[in-house]
Amino acid sequence: MVAAVPSIVRADWLVLLFPAAGSIILMIWGQRMKRAAGSIATLMMTASFVVSGITFFRIVGRPAESRSFVHTIYTFFHAGGFNVNVDYRIDPLSITMMLVVTGVGTLIHLYSIGYMRGDPREGRYFQYLNLFAFSMLLLVMANNFLIMFVGWELVGLCSYLLIGFWFDREEAASAAKKAFITNRVGDFSFVIGLFLIFVHFHTLDFGAVFSSAPTLITAGTATAIGLLLFGGAAGKSAQIPLYVWLPDAMMGPTPVSALIHAATMVTAGVYMVARTHVIYDLGHSAAVVVASIGAATMLMAGLIAIAQDDIKRVLAYSTISQLGYMFIGVGSGAYVAGMFHLLTHAFFKALLFLAAGSVLHALHDRGDITKMGGLWRKIPWTAFVFVLGWLAIIAFPGTSGFFSKDQVLEGAYGAGHTTIWIIGVIGAAITGFYMTRLLWLAFFGKSRDTEDLHPHESPVSMIFPMVLLGIAAIIGGFLINGNGESGRLAHFLEPSLAPHPAAVVAGEPTEIVSPDLVPHRSGGLSAGALSGIATAAGLGGSAVAFGLYATGAWDWERRRQNPGLAWRALRNKFFVDDVYQFLFTSVGMLAATALAFVVDAKVIDGAVNEVGTITTKVAAAGRRLQTGFVRTYALGILGGGVLLLAFFVARAVR
Amino acid sequence: MAPAAFLILGAILFSLGTLGVLLRKNALIIFMSIELMLNAVNLTFITFARMSGTLDGQVLAFFVIAVAAAEVVVGLAIIVAMFRRKQSASVDDARLFKW
Repeated sequence: MVAAVPSIVRADWLVLLFPAAGSIILMIWGQRMKRAAGSIATLMMTASFVVSGITFFRIVGRPAESRSFVHTIYTFFHAGGFNVNVDYRIDPLSITMMLVVTGVGTLIHLYSIGYMRGDPREGRYFQYLNLFAFSMLLLVMANNFLIMFVGWELVGLCSYLLIGFWFDREEAASAAKKAFITNRVGDFSFVIGLFLIFVHFHTLDFGAVFSSAPTLITAGTATAIGLLLFGGAAGKSAQIPLYVWLPDAMMGPTPVSALIHAATMVTAGVYMVARTHVIYDLGHSAAVVVASIGAATMLMAGLIAIAQDDIKRVLAYSTISQLGYMFIGVGSGAYVAGMFHLLTHAFFKALLFLAAGSVLHALHDRGDITKMGGLWRKIPWTAFVFVLGWLAIIAFPGTSGFFSKDQVLEGAYGAGHTTIWIIGVIGAAITGFYMTRLLWLAFFGKSRDTEDLHPHESPVSMIFPMVLLGIAAIIGGFLINGNGESGRLAHFLEPSLAPHPAAVVAGEPTEIVSPDLVPHRSGGLSAGALSGIATAAGLGGSAVAFGLYATGAWDWERRRQNPGLAWRALRNKFFVDDVYQFLFTSVGMLAATALAFVVDAKVIDGAVNEVGTITTKVAAAGRRLQTGFVRTYALGILGGGVLLLAFFVARAVR
Repeated sequence: MAPAAFLILGAILFSLGTLGVLLRKNALIIFMSIELMLNAVNLTFITFARMSGTLDGQVLAFFVIAVAAAEVVVGLAIIVAMFRRKQSASVDDARLFKW
């Protein structure tokens, strides 16, 4: 499967090198070069994207068996029989992610030049941005779990730095801490998963682990590993119960949100599940958990998004919801569909966030959609691209979201998860509802409270990336994988995501634990019917929102003065933050106080002090022996001598 | 005479010396008592040498005499220094080690 390194791949680590170099250059000179910083960072990302593109075109035409390469740069360390190399893996899966990260990343860098103009810490901003891209590339290009973990942690660090970029704002600083700490919880689970892999395989190398997995571990072990790894993914990719950090992450600059939500960070979990799909194929229960959590998260986040008023907050919950779709896909064994939705989501969510940033830019950072309205007249380009993103996310037929969401739901239905499929369809309706509400309240209808702000359209450097993303959001899905299982992406990704050949060749056919465990439904609804139902749900949701908010038939402004119970629950995010606040902050504080003032002060300090006290007391008694009289000592010596003598005499006599 | 008599004499002299060290206060007297103990040991060594017919005991006795001479030099110097400081040769006055 993994061929020797041909010369064409050797230059590919430039993909990693460019953003790293950019970050280092900006770390040293960033503050001094002011405006040039953004150009340098963007240039580095563009170079990285070009190299990724060249690599892609070099391998895309090759036959399936020779599309994967591993290139070892050097040996990181070896301890005993445990060897860790710094190496990278170029295969269809990683190149797909590399293209997303560098492609969408480049556009976001470009957009940031305009968005961050005039910020006193521009140099540092772009330094972090490049570092973020580098970390994510390291994560997706890694060829063993340890290097992947290094990237995984670096991504967490960068999210902390960027969410808290305006650290002089109280909320930004605490949002950064929240993101970091929540991710630590997930990473802890991830690390334990790595330990478990190491115990069973004695290596962390992807190739070795995946090829020997069917023979080395049982379904139970695979399930345990899968669940632990998914714990990490739940942290990075904001799934229940660790999703709470993502909505707060909007405290960072808006392009950072776009980067986190589309290209880097949150896609890491989905990618990781797809990458380790052999484990999930073997541990089928873990895959079912992944899909179920995905479905629950999708539904819950979608519902919360309905009742949020901040433009970025709605989009943040929307991301969580869409990530749920991706996990439904990868959890149902429809890895291609999950990755496909990751791709299309990267396009339209980056677009929506950049457009939201443009709105905030125009309105001087006031993001309350209930106070906007009619913005399309003031910022027509932004409104136009936002409509493109809206079409994609509500899965309007023909747009990218339409194809990918369909394939995800089809995958879930095909795997026999009828309940999850139903939830997915409901989720599609909810997505349509909240996105239409967002679109209408912000851009259409009559203008509310924005006149005094004099909204103005953003500069070309911000419009241009959005238009590119808008085009990708509309036609990207059809071009990449319009035909489902026989589509281009499915064909391209086959070597990475197909059941591992080892699962087919090794051992007796009857003993093989292969993806056949995932039952493929033969009967039931046809693909066309599934697609029709999901699309109808999405459009139906949109129509309801349109009817409620756009026609004026329902006075939403008056209704919000006196909200019902359901609305209040949604608006307060099902009180999850409050529960966490109570459980982990208040109770944690109580526990910490108890530990500090009882256990530490009394038990631990007590033990230490008691040792000192006892020593003092023994010494106080013992020092009485030191009389200071020479003759006392002489008597002691005599006594000792006599005893020794007696001992030897007694021994001699016996 | 039987060697036992010499041994008994040595033992008596050693005991007298020990008692002198333990009971007297004057440093000079204690010093003399130590010399008495050393010489009692010498006597015993010589007697054993005579009994076994070898020279080992006699060699040891010479060593003891040499060491005792050296010890007298150091010991007397210490006593003189102590007397200059305290105007007393009583060992009970030198109690710096007392708690």
